[in-house]
Amino acid sequence: MSTLKVPVGTADHIQGDENAALTLVEYGDYECPHCGHAYPIVKRVQKHFGKRLRFVFRNFPLNEIHPHAESAAETAEFAGAHGKFWEMHDLLFESQNRLGGELFQELAKRLKLASADLLAALEKREFLAKVRADFAGGARSGVNGTPTFFINGRRDDDPFEYVDLVAAIEAVLQSK
Amino acid sequence: MTAILPPGASAPEFTLHVTPDQSLSLSELRGQPVILAFYPADWSPVCGDQMALYNEILPEFQKYKAELLGISVDGVWCHEAFAKDRHLHFPLLADFEPKGAAALKYGAYRKSDGFCERALFVIDKNGIITWSYCSPVAVNPGADGILQALESLPK
Repeated sequence: MSTLKVPVGTADHIQGDENAALTLVEYGDYECPHCGHAYPIVKRVQKHFGKRLRFVFRNFPLNEIHPHAESAAETAEFAGAHGKFWEMHDLLFESQNRLGGELFQELAKRLKLASADLLAALEKREFLAKVRADFAGGARSGVNGTPTFFINGRRDDDPFEYVDLVAAIEAVLQSK
Repeated sequence: MTAILPPGASAPEFTLHVTPDQSLSLSELRGQPVILAFYPADWSPVCGDQMALYNEILPEFQKYKAELLGISVDGVWCHEAFAKDRHLHFPLLADFEPKGAAALKYGAYRKSDGFCERALFVIDKNGIITWSYCSPVAVNPGADGILQALESLPK
């Protein structure tokens, strides 16, 4: 059974109650259609569990098959550095079929972030190290494609439709 | 299902085609760690299937100077098209004729299905298997086991 090798910490983007009994970690790729499919499902799951669940998103861009995935991840990290990670995360998934430099500029403007600074950060690859660190940690934890979910540190190998995810999380909750 | 070769076993030699006019023998790689990834078939219908995943993780493997070889019973032309489509940067070996002969030596051939197990082997620089793992055919094992095995090799 593969387990999360990098504990959730201050470098992470976390949604939800710090003391929640459950932690759901997703390794995802903004250009992956399966992650796009999982995006609204995760939102429903968060709503279902409320304060009992916190959600963490980590980058796992598959560059060779998804040419915009890494720069999308860097764009989200840029927004994160300005306190708007989740807003950008949501917008990127909601406009998944238009990923690219033009969209990143547009989304930065929409979130009132300096689009020129984003351009410079992408050019200098300012946030690449963070994205790569997420990726390396994922590889060591047994991420086997995207999305890969960990529920309280254990890789979930089941399907990730809403009912499946809720059932898998409930099972962990019961076993506590 | 026969058991795959365990750690401590000497890695059986094989010579397989990498491209239509090129072959590779395992013994050519003596002196460096080798990862053998037997897998059922090219063209799995998912993003980040096992080979695409290892392709992305290649830089992590290279930190240990390890050579990764993907092996299935698909022919060289099939491998060539698959590798090109997925931009794979490591060799795919064709265990094609006699079919599955190399996999059989490692206990990693499913005779009833006619394809390889999803079996992983880490071989040290002296040609000894130091870690092996057979995943259920439907489950992509990821790379954590490989990375741990490479980590535990003597420097």
